[in-house]
Amino acid sequence: MSSHYEAPIRRPLIVGEKSYHDITVEVAAPVEGKANKLWWTAFTIALLAFLWGLGSIIYTIGTGIGVWGLNKTVGWAWDITNFVWWVGIGHAGTLISAVLLLFRQKWRMGINRSAEAMTIFSVVQAGLFPVIHMGRVWNAHFVLPIPNQFGTLWTNFNSPLLWDVFAISTYLSVSLVFWWTGLLPDFAMLRDRAIRPFQKKIYSLLSFGWSGRAKDWQRFEEVSLVLAGLATPLVLSVHTIVSFDFATSVIPGWHTTIFPPYFVAGAVFSGFAMVNTLLIIMRKVSNLEAYITVQHIELMNIVIMITGSIVGCAYITELFIAWYSGVEYEQYAFLNRATGPYWWAYLLMMSCNVFSPQFMWSKKLRTSIMFSFFISIVVNIGMWFERFVIIVTSLHRDYLPSSWTMFSPTFVDIGIYVGTIGFFFVLFLLYARTFPVIAQAEVKSILKSSGEHYKKLRDGNHE
Amino acid sequence: MSNKVVQAMYNDDDILLDAVKETRSSNHHIEEVYTPFPVHGLEKAMGLKDTRIAITAFMYGCVGFMFSIWMMNYMMIEQWPQDIGGKPSFSFIQNMPAFVPIMFEMSVFFAAHLMVITFYMRSKLWPFKEAENPDPRTTDDMFVMEVLVDNNEAELVSFLEKTGTVEIKVTEK
Repeated sequence: MSSHYEAPIRRPLIVGEKSYHDITVEVAAPVEGKANKLWWTAFTIALLAFLWGLGSIIYTIGTGIGVWGLNKTVGWAWDITNFVWWVGIGHAGTLISAVLLLFRQKWRMGINRSAEAMTIFSVVQAGLFPVIHMGRVWNAHFVLPIPNQFGTLWTNFNSPLLWDVFAISTYLSVSLVFWWTGLLPDFAMLRDRAIRPFQKKIYSLLSFGWSGRAKDWQRFEEVSLVLAGLATPLVLSVHTIVSFDFATSVIPGWHTTIFPPYFVAGAVFSGFAMVNTLLIIMRKVSNLEAYITVQHIELMNIVIMITGSIVGCAYITELFIAWYSGVEYEQYAFLNRATGPYWWAYLLMMSCNVFSPQFMWSKKLRTSIMFSFFISIVVNIGMWFERFVIIVTSLHRDYLPSSWTMFSPTFVDIGIYVGTIGFFFVLFLLYARTFPVIAQAEVKSILKSSGEHYKKLRDGNHE
Repeated sequence: MSNKVVQAMYNDDDILLDAVKETRSSNHHIEEVYTPFPVHGLEKAMGLKDTRIAITAFMYGCVGFMFSIWMMNYMMIEQWPQDIGGKPSFSFIQNMPAFVPIMFEMSVFFAAHLMVITFYMRSKLWPFKEAENPDPRTTDDMFVMEVLVDNNEAELVSFLEKTGTVEIKVTEK
């Protein structure tokens, strides 16, 4: 048993007396069982929100961007706020599956599958906004450098918006193959357990004929490691490039060098909050409390606390640098942010993002499920307002005072946003019923080192 | 050579690992081992060579890097240079800083996707591929070692029975 040794001080990651077979059964249970009333209720609500959003999108495309609340001064508002918000949420999945893999953090195994699913689903939402904002969505392929009838009409590689196209599409597709490769053995498990022929057919299709040969596993582990090594700089580059959309402009309040690290920290912050929101519910509904333990939630809360504090430092640095720069436009942009007509949004951002995570210093609060859930919602609201504050308050008071204006969203803006939340939950709820939501093969590989039962047996023997 | 194999089934990864070591040291040929999860040390015990897939990823990344340089140089500098915002694109080196993000993204794109495709090809994984694990329980909690029979069926079976196996089967492959 010595090869499975783990320091006794480390708390177990799998609670209870589990065998390999128990893990199989418990991970397969939500897929093999029937959906309960709660699932159907949640799904119906999400579907209705999605349909409302779809209606708003069709109305926008049919009528034009004029149906949004944008005006000549505020040319970017809800759409790009939602875009950055969704991309940011996506970051936690890659952070958990890639960065924690490189750091050999075993606690990632209980949550990485769902976190990656969240990544993919939220990047899909994010991608919708720039595409719709193009107005003529049928020309969306013009953002790609593909040969065309003009021969020489290429994209502008100097533009941060084009960098975004490359960053987001690389991110989405690489996350997808990372996720899918990890899913193969787990789909194979469902395939081999399936009783109904239709189910068997679907899961054998999805599992790509995975057989679990020793050589396959060797390659599987190497591929996971290399993908993690590639995804780590990738995920940092994606939000860096998103921040370039603003940082490379000449708008006071946007043109700052602190943006890339500040955006990345904010993305991790909001992403972990969303993982907490989703998993606190899922562990309960799908009976996975033995695999997604309070320790997992506590560790995520610590990440939220740290990244929230980094974001707080960035806010204060921004204010200081604006003052210290001596540039009056820069100074005014920040003064206006904090005390201008959008002061309430700034206050909401500060209290949700900087103040609220500080509660997590208390062990009692960060191990409380209810409190963690509450804070995760607060953080998500706060991070949405952060982007709103950065984008709208920097734009609404132009260089030319006669152009000064306010932004207010129309029902279409709100409809599309609510629609993407609905779409996201439609995808996530379907995922929770059809996919193995825990990376069961990986969890089995740590059962003997980090399972409560085995730890007890081993510690007993050594005493 | 016959294609007869003995499939010995184990219900624990540590027992399997010991069995693999024993079988190899008594000069039996292990055809294949099927496990439900990655068993650490198994590839060493079986004497499998290290995989070179990480090296291919590096090469694919280099291809992506070169391709992105060629693409941006061709499109923006050679074929149709433009003056965008007073910053003319007549020289690659002067425009290069703006190309760095896409060079990076393309390198990652090529490395990740081509490596995964290589993995799928080498391990024969694709949609509609039939699974080849000998028993459905090998994706749950069972470990199977397939040992090649070389006119020594009875001896091999009795040998394997002593390695802690829970089930044993002789089949034609």
